[in-house]
Amino acid sequence: MGLFDKLANIAAARQGLEAFGVDPFNVVIEEILSPTEARIGGQPVLLAGTNNYLGLTFDPGCMAAACQSINAEGTGTTGSRMANGTYAGHLKLEEELATFYDCRKGIVFSTGFLANLGMITALAGPGDAILIDADCHASIYDGCRMSGADIIRFRHNSAIDMEKKLKRLGARTENTLIIVEGIYSMLGDRAPLKDIVALKRQYGGMLMVDEAHSLGVLGEKGRGMAEDAKVEADVDFIVGTFSKSLGGIGGFCVGNHPGLDLIPYASRPYIFTASPSPATIASTRAALPLLRDGVALRKQVWENATSLYTRLQQMGFKLGPEISPVIAVRLGAREESLAFWQVMLNSGVYVNLVLPPAAPSNSCLLRCSLSAAHTPAQIEKIAEVFSTTRAQLAG
Amino acid sequence: MPVPDYAEILADVEDLIRRFIKNPVTIEEDTELVNGLGLDSLLVMEVIQEVEDRFDIFFPLNTLAEIRTVKDFVLQIQREIGG
Ligand SMILES: Cc1ncc(COP(=O)(O)O)c(C=O)c1O
Repeated sequence: MGLFDKLANIAAARQGLEAFGVDPFNVVIEEILSPTEARIGGQPVLLAGTNNYLGLTFDPGCMAAACQSINAEGTGTTGSRMANGTYAGHLKLEEELATFYDCRKGIVFSTGFLANLGMITALAGPGDAILIDADCHASIYDGCRMSGADIIRFRHNSAIDMEKKLKRLGARTENTLIIVEGIYSMLGDRAPLKDIVALKRQYGGMLMVDEAHSLGVLGEKGRGMAEDAKVEADVDFIVGTFSKSLGGIGGFCVGNHPGLDLIPYASRPYIFTASPSPATIASTRAALPLLRDGVALRKQVWENATSLYTRLQQMGFKLGPEISPVIAVRLGAREESLAFWQVMLNSGVYVNLVLPPAAPSNSCLLRCSLSAAHTPAQIEKIAEVFSTTRAQLAG
Repeated sequence: MPVPDYAEILADVEDLIRRFIKNPVTIEEDTELVNGLGLDSLLVMEVIQEVEDRFDIFFPLNTLAEIRTVKDFVLQIQREIGG
């Protein structure tokens, strides 16, 4: 037995891909041309599988802020938030996030993944319980595992199943952390937050909502699902990322609980990793007001989403349960999905291929994500390539 | 409701697992859930959801690491029912 033996399944799957002549998990963007266009394999490709919901990656103001910061502060902090890695900008961004959310406290982490690890491991430990939606992101699962708490899942978006589990927890809800997402990353459906909050009120527990895919996309101010559902007062912790609608990289948590002041001392994923680079902080700070005031961008991304969702639905594709900027097209077997993905790319459209277990309920997905930066002509092209690909593979 | 004994839980678990496996297989107490029955991680999760509902217990994911065989699984269920 060698260390790599446990990766035998992965080796076999990879060999399968090689035999097929495609590796969808190894795409190289040779040149990025705009929020929605790149050169891949030598040819121009329309990007329909990013998380660039507001299209801010090339915003001139954000780019200028990042350049200016590099010139003034250098390329990296070379240290952790707890040591030499907290610059004035990191603190300002935390204040600005707190103000944006009307909260007492904001904490900046190096990525959204680390924000989940950092919050969950600091809040929950052995003897505590964590109740999570079954479709939660890998970073939430990993945080739960690292925490040593009892991990209990409820069926995806099922308030009924959640209630069953809360009842079963009984008095333990006092030490229970409930975790859900705003918009789920794979199927694009929203959490029934009103119901979830009502259950939390009735049975107890603290609630954390990961707004990774809903920040900038939902709510009048773009704060996410909790704002949209008007339940922010009942959400204890909101976690999010700078890597999607804010067009940068990094993560955060905001909330009102006084205990949040202790997180920076207690959270290993906060302490033992370098802080975001000054340029990252600068572009994120420039992007935040654009997101907050980006009513037109939000309107645009939803129009684009509605337009593609409706087109694909009319063509008879099986889609996720509701319209959202994440549009999941359900396909059948693995080989069919690989071929579909490949033909689409060859036709100049990149989408995400998602295979189980990353795709829920054992189906293969082509995941599209829409941006406010997509033009009507680009939406048209995405829909058209779905249609011609299906025809080509059928014939 | 009387507390089910080991044999009853075993019978229930076998029934339940069969519903998730396409091919007919023999299920013994020492059959391994993953290697023996080919249950992948998603199916294991489904089985657990069913077990939780069937016995009205919790089966925390963190206890999974110690469970290899059908017998381990049944014993853990018994512990949760008893405790
Ligand atoms: C729900 C959810 N949480 C967290 C993350 C991690 O975010 P980041 O890219 O900032 O690590 C993602 C991104 O994939 C996500 O989808």
